[in-house]
Amino acid sequence: MSDAAARFGEFGGRYVPEVLVAAHEELEEAYAAARRDPAFAAELEELGRHYAGRPTPLSFARRLTEETGGARLWLKREDLAHTGAHKINNALGQALLAKRLGKPRVIAETGAGQHGVATATVCAMLGLECAVYMGTEDIRRQSLNVFRMKMLGAEVMPVDTGARTLKDAINEAMRDWVTNVRDTHYLIGSAIGPHPFPTMVRDFQSVIGREARAQMLERAGRLPDAAVACVGGGSNAIGLFHPLLDDPVRLVGVEAAGEGLDAPGRNAATLAAGRPGVLHGARTYLLQDGAGQILDTHSISAGLDYPGVGPEHSWLKASGRAEYVAVDDAAALEGFQRLTRSEGIIPALEPAHAIPVALRLAREIGAGGDVLIGLSGRGDKDMHTVADALGVTL
Amino acid sequence: MSERLRASFAAARAEGRAAFVAYLMAGHPAPGRTVPLLLALEEGGADVIELGVPFTDPLADGATIQRANETAVAAGVTFADCLGFAREARARGLAAPLVFMGYDNPLLAYGEERAAADAAAAGADGFIVVDLPPEEGGAFRAACARHGVGYVPLVAPTTAAARLAQVAAAADSFIYCVSVTGTTGQRAELSPDIGGLVAAIRRHTGLPVVVGFGVSTPAQAAAAGRMADGVAVGSAIIAAIDGGSAEDCVARARACVARMTGRDGARMRSGA
Repeated sequence: MSDAAARFGEFGGRYVPEVLVAAHEELEEAYAAARRDPAFAAELEELGRHYAGRPTPLSFARRLTEETGGARLWLKREDLAHTGAHKINNALGQALLAKRLGKPRVIAETGAGQHGVATATVCAMLGLECAVYMGTEDIRRQSLNVFRMKMLGAEVMPVDTGARTLKDAINEAMRDWVTNVRDTHYLIGSAIGPHPFPTMVRDFQSVIGREARAQMLERAGRLPDAAVACVGGGSNAIGLFHPLLDDPVRLVGVEAAGEGLDAPGRNAATLAAGRPGVLHGARTYLLQDGAGQILDTHSISAGLDYPGVGPEHSWLKASGRAEYVAVDDAAALEGFQRLTRSEGIIPALEPAHAIPVALRLAREIGAGGDVLIGLSGRGDKDMHTVADALGVTL
Repeated sequence: MSERLRASFAAARAEGRAAFVAYLMAGHPAPGRTVPLLLALEEGGADVIELGVPFTDPLADGATIQRANETAVAAGVTFADCLGFAREARARGLAAPLVFMGYDNPLLAYGEERAAADAAAAGADGFIVVDLPPEEGGAFRAACARHGVGYVPLVAPTTAAARLAQVAAAADSFIYCVSVTGTTGQRAELSPDIGGLVAAIRRHTGLPVVVGFGVSTPAQAAAAGRMADGVAVGSAIIAAIDGGSAEDCVARARACVARMTGRDGARMRSGA
């Protein structure tokens, strides 16, 4: 393993139990070979276009822009990709790799269920066996996605440890992988985990930023002044940011402040409130106590409810190339309602966190400017949560 | 390398048997029980003791040790507390070498250099860090060397032959051989491949090789002991601790180790 490739500054690496070292080396080699093979890129591009519905549109948010009074607001519509979120980009890429590795079984973790649904979908299409680990708290919040996964032929494995959310699902998926590594690929759903996962997932998600960059130049005639995306593990944000790293574009990641940054255990704002440590195979920012125990997290959005963050985001924060802010549950709900009512687009609660920040940036940047929003998924899955939060009984 | 570790393995070898390595989770079932349990493990016949450092996310552990971690984390037990347990156990006469076993993040939070220095000062002898392979463990290994405590790398059934030399080179006291492709915990059968794996490791090092993960009965311990220099048992001891009233957990742990080591009957004999 070349150290430079495995790290983003001081972050990243491969902090894994010995039993998994060989699998990561094998995956690193397989991915390097796939990148050199034009047939792999062609197959992925073909599936992206004719299966997942790429390129996804770039929508100009006309009414939201008029109401806000400032820079133009643009939405990169990953909610329109097959299965309703950006997760399909990574699921397709990694499942194709699993086939190359000759591994007939795929496991995944899921929080909101979007990654689980994307993985189950791709496994159904490619004929792979699929098991998805999901915390029982998330199973309760996201029953619709649980049923979707089951319909797609996946086995949903309930996880009853810890806070019963995404972090615990990852632990259990890792334990499965430790045991079944010889015939199983762990299809990690975000740009987190040990090398090469953060790099690989970022590459598969960078299609978002590549498309959005070209679409901005075509539609707006210029690059955006700022790009805004929500950050849980951070795969949609890194996918949007990465192709813009060398451009004069402000990159703003939005984390979940839950019930507030001053409430330890009741938010998921890792970069805002955490400090570096090692979890799930990577050195990165973590929400932890003084003794290095990982804190419980909370967010209204299951997909952001995670105490770590992709190591490349830690590095972008440390280097100053990207900035990270946090938005609480109430402001995210407000963003959810604003976009729904002004544009007729119901966002998932995850990207709803980016809306209030984008509106503020649009006002600051002013008329003539452009703000690009990563709309990572659609909100159907969140209807029960939103109804609950608004005091409505369905 | 710690003198206590060297002496302990050498003494077992001189008696023609494998060293018995007993695992205990610090703070489980309660912080007040840890020092009496450490002493009981030695009384039962443990040659080396691994003291588990609690962590919220023990992803290489099976259900039994996971639950012990949860109990200890809920009780607020930190690495600093583990150092305290080691100091107190030494003050009360614990002679067996003591190795901390756990995950990287609590050590990082404490500070790697400080962890190694304070471990040495507390009378501990080494570290097994499950998620810190040699590629990532260079700085911590150097800190351990500076303070005279061991850095114990792990080898697994999936470890490539080409990598064995590198892992063996990182060892300074013993090598922990994970006997199964899986998490810690009790299993019906020993993996049939242990002998081959131990032999492969021995081609690269003269240091003792300890087999662990999935060893839970006296018969399994004896069988593993014929192939290796040491046998580590964890989940079975935790299960014994959990198998009755908290008041009697120390006696049950002592009896469990005595049963495993044959102290209640014949000693483990090495056929190798």
